[in-house]
Amino acid sequence: MKPSELSYKLLKVLTHLFSFIPLGYVAFAIVTQSRLLGADPQEKVLHLMGLWSLIFLLMTLSLTPINRIFKLPIIIRFRRSFGLYSAFYLLLHISTFFVFYLELDIAQLLQETIERPYITLGMIATILMISLSVTSTKAIQRKMGVKWKKLHQSVYFIGGLAIAHFIWQSKSDLNEPFWYLIWLILVLGYRLLYKLRVSN
Amino acid sequence: MSNSMKENQVTSESIFWNRRQFINNFSLSSAALALGASAFSNNASAYSANTGFTTAEPLSSEYVVTHHNNFYEFSTSKSKPAKMAKDFNPGNDWKVKISGEIEKPGDYTLEDILGFTQDQERIYRLRCVEAWSMVIPWQGFQLSELIKKVQPNSKAKYIEFITLESRSTFPGQSGGSLGFSSLPWPYKEGLRMDEAMNPLTFIATGVYGKRLPGQNGAPLRLIIPWKYGFKSIKSIVSIRFLDSQPINTWNRSGPKEYGFYANVNPKVDHPRWSQARERRITDESFFGVKKIDTQMFNGYGDQVAQMYKGMDLVRNF
Repeated sequence: MKPSELSYKLLKVLTHLFSFIPLGYVAFAIVTQSRLLGADPQEKVLHLMGLWSLIFLLMTLSLTPINRIFKLPIIIRFRRSFGLYSAFYLLLHISTFFVFYLELDIAQLLQETIERPYITLGMIATILMISLSVTSTKAIQRKMGVKWKKLHQSVYFIGGLAIAHFIWQSKSDLNEPFWYLIWLILVLGYRLLYKLRVSN
Repeated sequence: MSNSMKENQVTSESIFWNRRQFINNFSLSSAALALGASAFSNNASAYSANTGFTTAEPLSSEYVVTHHNNFYEFSTSKSKPAKMAKDFNPGNDWKVKISGEIEKPGDYTLEDILGFTQDQERIYRLRCVEAWSMVIPWQGFQLSELIKKVQPNSKAKYIEFITLESRSTFPGQSGGSLGFSSLPWPYKEGLRMDEAMNPLTFIATGVYGKRLPGQNGAPLRLIIPWKYGFKSIKSIVSIRFLDSQPINTWNRSGPKEYGFYANVNPKVDHPRWSQARERRITDESFFGVKKIDTQMFNGYGDQVAQMYKGMDLVRNF
């Protein structure tokens, strides 16, 4: 095994370990009843899963700029993993909402999706995220050709939807969601500047 | 922590209360202890059914009552106020400025106020505008007793309440990490005179038989059980009697989402979520929450509905 291949394997293991920390933390807190999740654990889980989905999404979008700036091509190989972990936490976020807040009532899920704009945005993001996840294998990528790239560019749009959903659901405190907005602007802004520079 | 967990496992909170053992836990001054005991003999089954002063529903645990607090003066996080309020222990010298259309304006200390009001116990439902709810055993006094004492004149139609403004006490009153302020400070609330005089309207000075903790709005916190929780203003330093309707903080911050009246109403949704049902938080375990239907006026219609007769409750939300 080449040294670069070894460090890739090592990074891969670390990535997976890291990615399960939020879920592990929640599971530990629930099983041990340790009050780590506060007085309303269901709400905390709802928010934590949504937040970590966003963090993994922003990490996914950060890999290309980091590679271009620091010349670390190895990290591009983790883009798919991070994207899938974002989808994974998104599904946990929605499942928590559907099971505990809506008590598995599909009619109410549809009604909330139509009536509450921030939930509408969240559902659009989820549908897009699922389509990206199921088309994320190399085989499908090859089969889809140019269409694949177009479809997967919607990840930028998903980032915007996620931030809008985050800001729209907050009652009055914008400090936290705006940090993530800044992160999104940095990683998308870098791409835009890069594109402009290359085309000139 | 592990001790209190064991205690919870052995004796459920409601049994604990029914046994009246809470008197042993009553840690206010000895004078208040005597008052509390006498008030309790008047409590629970003794309260006539239609006062709304108590309920047989299971109490929310002391932990959730004191660790799930919307107190933006500390933080917009609901768990942080319990940690941040550790050094906020207002004493008997706490001052409340009582002013406006009354005969006896002045600066009243907490001790003054406790001197001319009678300590009582009330078990009320608390329904937050965010659609969660609790059942909480408060100690305190009926607001009408305080109002009668200061003698409002005929011009007094409304009361405005103000929370302490102090950036050293309340870090949340400074801007957040990006400089955004969560609300305009100081926090203000208002009531119509008849609402303030309603026997249900209460000032809490204690909860679960203990002096009101900082995170719950020590030392004086308004409780209006038929209104959304944000009306129950905490850590009051000013009570002003007015001839016109004051502006309350949430109404100022989001006029389309939060009204002046803020009566609990399952038929009028918050623009961003339904108010038809609520998440009743009973304890802090993962399944300690259950969804139940929200009742008109939070179930206090018999005591308060007549005050709003003929009013359009959709417009006056």
